[in-house]
Amino acid sequence: MVRIHIKNGRLIDPAHGVDAIQDIFIAKGKIAGIGAMPEGFQVSRVIDAHGLIVCPGLVDLSVRLREPGFEYKATLESEMAAAVAGGVTSLACPPDTDPPLDEPGLVEMLKHRARNLNLAHVYPIGALTQGLKGERLTEMAELNDAGCVVFGQPDSMLVDLKVLMQAMHYASTFEFGVWLRPQERSLTGSGVAHDAEVAIRLGLPTIPVCAETIAIANILLLAKETGVKVHLCRISSAEGLTMIRAAKQQGIPVTCDISINHLHLSDMDIGFFDSNCHLMPPLRSSGDRDALRAGLLDGAIDAICSDHTPVDEDAKLLPFGQSEVGATGVELLLPLTLKWAKDTRLPLLRALAKITSESAKVLGVDAGHLAVGNAADLCIFDPDCYWKVTASGLLSQGKNTPFLGMELPGKIRYTVLNGQMVYEQ
Amino acid sequence: MINRHPQLDSHGALQHLLTTEGLPASILLHILDTAESFVGVTERDVKKIPLLRGKSIFNLFFEPSTRTRTTFEIAAKRLSADVINLNIAVSAQSKGETLLDTVNNLSAMNADMFIVRHAQSGAAHLIAKHVRSDIHVINAGDGSHAHPTQALLDMFTIRRFKQDFRALRVAIIGDILHSRVARSQIHALTTLGVPEVRVIAPKTLLPRMVERLGVHVYHDMAKGLRDVDVLMMLRLQNERMKGAYLPSAEEYFKYYGLTPEKLMLARHDAIVMHPGPMNRGVEIDSAVADGKQSVILPQVTFGIAVRMAVMSILAGNQA
Repeated sequence: MVRIHIKNGRLIDPAHGVDAIQDIFIAKGKIAGIGAMPEGFQVSRVIDAHGLIVCPGLVDLSVRLREPGFEYKATLESEMAAAVAGGVTSLACPPDTDPPLDEPGLVEMLKHRARNLNLAHVYPIGALTQGLKGERLTEMAELNDAGCVVFGQPDSMLVDLKVLMQAMHYASTFEFGVWLRPQERSLTGSGVAHDAEVAIRLGLPTIPVCAETIAIANILLLAKETGVKVHLCRISSAEGLTMIRAAKQQGIPVTCDISINHLHLSDMDIGFFDSNCHLMPPLRSSGDRDALRAGLLDGAIDAICSDHTPVDEDAKLLPFGQSEVGATGVELLLPLTLKWAKDTRLPLLRALAKITSESAKVLGVDAGHLAVGNAADLCIFDPDCYWKVTASGLLSQGKNTPFLGMELPGKIRYTVLNGQMVYEQ
Repeated sequence: MINRHPQLDSHGALQHLLTTEGLPASILLHILDTAESFVGVTERDVKKIPLLRGKSIFNLFFEPSTRTRTTFEIAAKRLSADVINLNIAVSAQSKGETLLDTVNNLSAMNADMFIVRHAQSGAAHLIAKHVRSDIHVINAGDGSHAHPTQALLDMFTIRRFKQDFRALRVAIIGDILHSRVARSQIHALTTLGVPEVRVIAPKTLLPRMVERLGVHVYHDMAKGLRDVDVLMMLRLQNERMKGAYLPSAEEYFKYYGLTPEKLMLARHDAIVMHPGPMNRGVEIDSAVADGKQSVILPQVTFGIAVRMAVMSILAGNQA
């Protein structure tokens, strides 16, 4: 059994407010000591983390692994390798596979395949309704036995509010969280871009902000009614955020996240029809982006996720409106979080909380923090090393991201999962 | 990230014509001036001009069109080019070939220029970005985005009848929301220095924040037409009734259709334009369309000269 001594690193553990030079000792897959060496500890490997930051393995709330059904876009092997290359050791994967994750057998198979790869902890999000069709409930309790911790509809809100209310009631029976992306479908239509100047100039069909706010209003009212824990995925607008902030103040059990794309970009980045910026929800105004950044600071937004969505190259080489939605991102979660911290002079302790302790809390798993006796999931990175995002440099099978060509801070040196080195460079 | 200009080369010369937006007035005026020299040619019973001799021009129409395609074809032939018409709506695309596959295949056949019409906004930009650097792309209409040659022929027509752009009040009337023509007209008019561009339509046919394009918004014809020098009508698609944009063609005609009575509200010497094809009795009354203030047929004639100008500027053999 490997016994690792990580020395001289700057340990940042947001959950416990730690930001100090401290050593870590790992044995039997668990953290054996923090700070002082445990008595009788036999070191078999020493990692000198001088100049590096040691933090809990990252927890990413949305990583599409594309299996089963979309292996031409990406595979479990490629995407989990990408995840650990990005320092992510726990990830939630949405149920929009083919078939969707609506049966215990499928979830068991996915968990089994993921466990054999032994690269990151995979937490499947169970489908809230059968086939994600929004009509009949899934076997949530059985799916939970199979490994689903929360349930959701990833693309947009259910059409039928009665079904949604029932699904919330049923989920709350077992205290399962319900994850929804707030988007009123009838207002989204065939829209592909934020309803403002850029889309007007480019003649792109638009998605108004009220497509998000109306959905948020409905979801919050139903959450209040049913008492279910709701997580709102991928908020895009200032107005939507204001509603969530108010709901939190009223004590409604709601959390929310934003993607790395919406943390940095606005509709202006679409430029001349850059299909890498074809995302859902659409990139909104720079004012919205600034409001989202403020929401992260005041706690209205709980977490940042990569919204990792590998798309095959050809599907992006189409006119904007016909191109496939999504961007690769799991390898950019840390760099873009660091960039945000640097841009806004935010202490790393606070920035990293949004991709470790806070995101783990949203997911409801014991991860994203460091404690003696806990699984040794760690991410060790060089915060000052800048690297250029290139298609060939990304391990993910998805090569499309709006950040291609940009120099970003933060290079992962080691990723440790259950005390084992699963990535090092 | 550094993006090269989508339609100018590194010397600031026109490489593609994709949109009127972002083009300097000097380029727009150069096109109009060049077109002037071709008007005589089109009016005479013509000898061909050899400016595009030996060049292959592909008309790539992913959306059905007879008028625009025909005017491009005539313009290209008058410049002595070889023209190949491809009606792709019924060929490769239905066999699942992608847009760029089609373009790459045709590029391999020594194409010099693509004239592209497509139902998706941005299609021409996409092609321009991926073709060999010696190929030129002209956007003949992409989705609701742009139709630059239409706008240029409109500018040509306005200049013919009204001379100075800087002394004009222009109103664009109709379905601005879905109109690539309107967008290209607005950019061209504002670039050429028209001090007041108005749009007149019900709110369902106007983009939110349309005033950001530099136009004044009116919902009422009586107010919007007052003191206007140029009226640019837009075609109203029948599908608009289905999408709940409008209740009926009748109500639209009553409030926004251009009748002789409404035309009286504009300046007495105002001109009336329409990009065609017209829906008589929907957006325009026949008495106006065929009336003495109408310049709709000259628009069509000038369209050939303007397209000749664009093609020769892009790909003309150096004299």
